[in-house]
Amino acid sequence: MNDKSTIPRSDMIEFRDVHKYYGDYHALRGITATIRAGEFFSLLGPSGCGKTTLLRTIAGFEGISSGAVLIDGKDMAKVPANVRPTNMVFQSYAIFPHLTVEQNVGFGLRKDPMSAAAKARAVADALEMVGLKGYGARAAHALSGGQRQRVALARALILKPKVLLLDEPLSALDKKMREQMQVELIRLQRQVGITFILVTHDQEEALVMSDRIAVMFEGEIAQLADPETLYRRPNSKKVADFIGTMNFLPAQILSEDGGKVEVEAQGFGRLTLDAGQCMGTPGGAPMVGFRPETLTILFDGQTATDRESMATVAEVVYYGDMTYYDITFDGTTAPMRISMRNVFGRPVLDIGTRTRVAWSPGALVLFR
Amino acid sequence: MNKGTGLRVYAIGYLIFLYAPIILLPMFAFNDSKVIAFPLTGFTTHWFSVMWEDEQLFKSLKNSLIISGSTSILATTLGIFAARASTRYRFPYKGSLIGLIMLPLVLPEMIVAMSLLVVLLSIGIPLSIFTIILGHVLICTPFAVAILSSAFQSLDKSLEEAAYDLGETAVSTFRLIILPLVMPGIVSSLLICFTISLDEFIIAYFLGGTDTPLSAYIYGQFRFPAKVPAMLALGTILVLVSISLLATAEYFRRRGLARTGAKDTGGFL
Repeated sequence: MNDKSTIPRSDMIEFRDVHKYYGDYHALRGITATIRAGEFFSLLGPSGCGKTTLLRTIAGFEGISSGAVLIDGKDMAKVPANVRPTNMVFQSYAIFPHLTVEQNVGFGLRKDPMSAAAKARAVADALEMVGLKGYGARAAHALSGGQRQRVALARALILKPKVLLLDEPLSALDKKMREQMQVELIRLQRQVGITFILVTHDQEEALVMSDRIAVMFEGEIAQLADPETLYRRPNSKKVADFIGTMNFLPAQILSEDGGKVEVEAQGFGRLTLDAGQCMGTPGGAPMVGFRPETLTILFDGQTATDRESMATVAEVVYYGDMTYYDITFDGTTAPMRISMRNVFGRPVLDIGTRTRVAWSPGALVLFR
Repeated sequence: MNKGTGLRVYAIGYLIFLYAPIILLPMFAFNDSKVIAFPLTGFTTHWFSVMWEDEQLFKSLKNSLIISGSTSILATTLGIFAARASTRYRFPYKGSLIGLIMLPLVLPEMIVAMSLLVVLLSIGIPLSIFTIILGHVLICTPFAVAILSSAFQSLDKSLEEAAYDLGETAVSTFRLIILPLVMPGIVSSLLICFTISLDEFIIAYFLGGTDTPLSAYIYGQFRFPAKVPAMLALGTILVLVSISLLATAEYFRRRGLARTGAKDTGGFL
């Protein structure tokens, strides 16, 4: 995460109640959101949630049925894609196969009035920026996946767009390459200071790279927040399930009094939560949720700093650096997942072990 | 006897059956006899000079070149539009419309020729080179659409979007990106339409009027035994021209593939 959030920023993209229909299919259902200038913003969601459609409405490849899309304060309704101040990195990279790397990168400068020498310099600079110095004369089709990705980035950034749109740019790369490109994209975004908008279905990628994330389901934004808020305080069970792992225990709301909510949760007993930990509107079947790493198994001689409950180990999954335990709290039946870092000298517990588990009400979220 | 022998014999027999008649063509074209029969009597290039002096032949060759050239260009141009529309856009009755375009592929040529003749005569259009071109465009367009559709199909849509995104217009995107990438398809389409039109006989015979193209002329000459050796000489030249035409097209196709790094999925040769 970076510290740009402290600098006041203007809005770069504004969606005003954007709807999009494909025939009878309602692809975007009233998107209202703003993306700030200079931030790394991600559209995250499962396939078919409308995230790519939304990205393409910014680029101008997709018209909208109603509402408005504004870029830097200007309504884009009548502005075609080829004059919008955005450039896109495509999922397939869309490198022109009949051109060289240089010709690909310089493609957008074709109509630019600057001199041929200046263009050549701009292309060389762009290639150096993405780490492809000296590759200019290569045939585009002779490049590896990661190199194509870089050419696509250089080709889009050379035009100095106000917004760079990235449509699942890393999904075609292998895991190692993907992690390397994630770091490079973050570095590049800081270097150029352009607003980056990333579409991804990979929650980890979104958490690693973004200043803010919009989680989308079925054509709607379910939650728009920074990664930490999204992870710690998801506003619905659906968002909580989509991002990382969350355990749920049935609960009963005993009383609500201004800022405090008193709850009786299975396995945890009676506890008090802040209003900020309570999501949704009253009415459903309430659940308290917690992340696997917020609970700690207590070994002999350790004591809980806050609360503790008794549980039985139901399943052990050993990962080397981590061990995942499925534990069942006394008085409940559903196993809950807990992750423990494997510290030297600490044993891995066996199935069936009775154990004390430390937890803290502050790490819980209530879904009403 | 090992397993493949039977099939190998069959394959060789098949190839002989297919190509032996074509080998007979140059054999008798250089044979010093008016009678097309073995044994060969001697070597001569006389039939080539006879052919060379045949003014009627050059007239019909000129007709044929005009017809085949115009047909291949017209059919390929129409094919580009149809292939582009069928691979990129969705519109009502698309399936039936494309089906109608492709129909002449399976329609008996005799039927096409007869119906065209009836229609042209009844609306009073005189038979000429132009009417042959009309008929040939009709039967060549399905081939052009089939060839070009596969070329357009293999084109990634995001390439166009990328060019558009980088500031090009729809027209300049077509010129700078789409055209170079489908060029091998366009060349094959031109070539195949040219070949189909060149050796097409039925429509050329029915709709030709007094402007005989080469195919109809050759057929006519075969009625006079004395003219046959000269026609064989002409046939020899046509075979050589076809082979070099195909080889050239294949050379360009492979070079195009190498330049874009695409996988070779088979060509003419």
